[in-house]
Amino acid sequence: MIFQPAHKILKEIRERNLSPVEVIQATLEWAQKLEGKLRSFLVLDPEGALAKALMLEEKLKKGEEVGPLAGIPVAVKDNICTRRMTTTCGSRILENFLPPYDATVVEKLERAGAIIIGKTNCDEFAMGSSTENSAFFKTANPWDIERVPGGSSGGSATSVASYQVFLALGSDTGGSVRQPASFCGIFGMKPTYGRVSRYGLVAFASSLDQIGTFARNVPDLALLTEVISGHDPRDSTSLPEPVPSYSKELDSPVGTLRIGVPWDLLQEGLTPEVKEAFEDALEIFERAGFAIEEVSLPHASYGIPTYYLIAPAEASANLARYDGIRFGLRAKGEENLISLYKKTRGEGFGAEVKRRIMLGTFALSLGYRDAFYVKAQKVRTLISQDFQKAFRKVDLIALPTSPTLPFKLGEKVQDPLSMYMSDLYTIPISLAGLPAISIPIALKNGLPVGMQIVGPALSESLIFKASYLFERESGLSNLKPPIVEELSA
Amino acid sequence: MLKPTIGLEVHVQLKTRSKMFCSCPVEFKAEPNTLVCPVCLGLPGSLPVLNRQAVEYTIAVALALHCEIQPFSQFHRKNYFYPDLPKGYQISQYDLPFSRNGYLIIETEEGEKRIGIQRVHMEEDTAKMIHGESISRTSGYSLIDFNRSGVPLLEIVSRPDISSPQEATLYLMELRSILRTLGVSTANMEEGALRCDVNISLERGTRTEIKNLNSFHSVRKALEYEIKRQEEVLKEKGQVIQETRHYDERAGVTLSMRTKEEAEDYRYFPEPDLVPLKIDPPWIEEVRSRMPELPEDKRKRYKELGLFPQEAATIANNPELANFFDSCLSLGAPGKEVANWLLSEVMKYLNARNLSIIEVPLSPEGLVEFLTVLKEGTISSKIGKMVIEEMLQTGDGAREIIERRGLAQISDPVLIKKWAEEVIKENPDQVSQYRQGKEQLFGFFVGKVMKLSGGKANPEILNRILKELLLRE
Repeated sequence: MIFQPAHKILKEIRERNLSPVEVIQATLEWAQKLEGKLRSFLVLDPEGALAKALMLEEKLKKGEEVGPLAGIPVAVKDNICTRRMTTTCGSRILENFLPPYDATVVEKLERAGAIIIGKTNCDEFAMGSSTENSAFFKTANPWDIERVPGGSSGGSATSVASYQVFLALGSDTGGSVRQPASFCGIFGMKPTYGRVSRYGLVAFASSLDQIGTFARNVPDLALLTEVISGHDPRDSTSLPEPVPSYSKELDSPVGTLRIGVPWDLLQEGLTPEVKEAFEDALEIFERAGFAIEEVSLPHASYGIPTYYLIAPAEASANLARYDGIRFGLRAKGEENLISLYKKTRGEGFGAEVKRRIMLGTFALSLGYRDAFYVKAQKVRTLISQDFQKAFRKVDLIALPTSPTLPFKLGEKVQDPLSMYMSDLYTIPISLAGLPAISIPIALKNGLPVGMQIVGPALSESLIFKASYLFERESGLSNLKPPIVEELSA
Repeated sequence: MLKPTIGLEVHVQLKTRSKMFCSCPVEFKAEPNTLVCPVCLGLPGSLPVLNRQAVEYTIAVALALHCEIQPFSQFHRKNYFYPDLPKGYQISQYDLPFSRNGYLIIETEEGEKRIGIQRVHMEEDTAKMIHGESISRTSGYSLIDFNRSGVPLLEIVSRPDISSPQEATLYLMELRSILRTLGVSTANMEEGALRCDVNISLERGTRTEIKNLNSFHSVRKALEYEIKRQEEVLKEKGQVIQETRHYDERAGVTLSMRTKEEAEDYRYFPEPDLVPLKIDPPWIEEVRSRMPELPEDKRKRYKELGLFPQEAATIANNPELANFFDSCLSLGAPGKEVANWLLSEVMKYLNARNLSIIEVPLSPEGLVEFLTVLKEGTISSKIGKMVIEEMLQTGDGAREIIERRGLAQISDPVLIKKWAEEVIKENPDQVSQYRQGKEQLFGFFVGKVMKLSGGKANPEILNRILKELLLRE
């Protein structure tokens, strides 16, 4: 049962062939079985999940209205606030932090009847590309437990890829949903900046952060995305436009699309395995009658330096509130206020977080601000304009999600720059605030490869439709990693 | 004396219903930490949403100060660590402020003077800290009350157009009266609703800044001290250092806090959680149409009624008094006479009891009736002072008081003549001195007759009769 797509389970529940309690029990049993090997979750809440399932069952018995995700077990990245479970952001500094409120997306999930079974591991404050920067433990890639699941939403990606849950939420600042989706062989959507409320998402880089979704097939992903999208009066940057029903629109014809490929950006770093998989994927589109054209994004290759000035600058302010005064960790043995700050932040933050706070503080400092932060903002505008120009020519842009296959745990920990390079293809899209999906396109050496499909602002529906077409043509969905096959046998 | 150049930076708390970026109420007397939420506590994941009322109040203030409202302005983060700042940054404005280039007019002894306003911008207030030593001398802790965190603030920066401590006070009074007239702030310095930093230099030399002055008295005293201090430094051929100073109220001196080199780098950058603030002209006009008459316009109107500039200013700068005055005018009373009584007897009474005009039972109708009675000659001005005091105390009408207490003026010449003859008879020495030319004794006789009449004799008639009698022989 747990290997079924969520939209099938929903139908079974609604038709009373399956009870939410059965679904949750089976899911929890499987999740716990895999947890010892994969470690996706920072918190699992079986009792809470079961209680929700029982309540839902009561409602169904009484014939009451239930939401569009009624009874579906989901996971939420641990940088999204939940009243019921601690929200640590993978950091010591928030180790025991229980927020007094739920994020808007959590409210929306619960109103839709989804059952949150736990909070997933991530790089500390979503800073990283491998989930190895979690202060607590590392999460394994279900396709090869020696490898990273990607990051920063690695726990969410692993939990979905290994069938511990049907769906999960992550957050994507520079690729943190798309890259782990790619590494784990699943679908991951980063909507347009402002499409999903950030209220309750612990901020890393506010102008880039966007909550995203994970699923094992496009219909499930479209459904989850439409549930969490929409304007939120509590988030001034959330967009007022109404949300189309992405899941219903999947059935309408997509037509023949023009797909752009930014070959100039792909000159750098692209490994042969990924290149080959990507070229094969483009052929699938061509066979479906799509036109493949080259587009130029001349400034996109400056994405990484631009991102590593803007994101840390915003982070340096966003993370200033962790000062040991009101909540979270307070270091012992302080002599005065300054030493309280220094000790708390010194002990509470990991190396990567400190590195970015320092980088950002420097980029904003008097005398350096114009050369770094202000310049980076200008380049960001140029990158956005590149995309605008490209979308005058094509409907969508396709490019690999990551230049490489999933790398080994520990392989890049000591080399932050090479780690940063793994987001080469995702970051320019984040800087432009555009929607993008990562979909599985191949298995190479037993490891998944992902491709991004990027569209203009608020083109989520079109992206889902093109992805759905690809999914049906390629048959690459609901993939089962070897560990799942093994343990379910 | 060396010419001082003074600029003021004023922070004003707006009395909006809710805070700047969340829906917590703005209230100053609530139990500590009861008016808080994830947003004003800076909890992880919370986001600010701008209060529309705060924007409208700011539009009104900017208009009243003749500022150019920017069609597009932006919030910035001002970064620094302190326990009263829950997010580790204050949401403020930087290079794209709400409005610029305005002025206000003060009424100095030499006439009107225009003080330029450089900018008016919006920001959020910090929490309030109460330090251990003020609780008990030995305790090593501080308490934080987040009720104040996120209360909307305006920062109003003047140009260095102020040239004396006296003018600085006038500027603050004018500003306070504008804010109160608009109803956007209590503008009470003692409660911290209006706080002032000053910049001062002599002869356009190096300036110093004095921070956190919290009363009119402190502003004047701190400036006077600082002028004297800088004068002495310069006299001894020393150099004034650019620095921030603190005013020690008890000692009455300013002390160095930090020099320019130690100044903090606030690392301003645009607040990504808020969209740029766009103010379109119809919105400005809508706010303008709801604005009450401003003190500046009131003053002009009062001066046209024949009031002296200082009189006009005193009334116009006190919104409650101005309302009272305007009500009297609309009842048809002559402005000059209303002003005379309001600014003398009425103000004396109110000031002695620290009351405002709305806290006493005297009504505009009452005052106008009183002026009529006075004009009819029923009572003298001297008796009038007594009557008005009773009106202020009881709220009774002038005629009622005069009747009850038998204060009506006596104009009967027969009666007055009888008293005058009695006085002349009883003071033969003075009479002969007067008749020999010592005319200043006339007042002596008036006083004696008045006393006999119980103060009620009509002074005009009394003077005439007394003169006749004294000159007769």
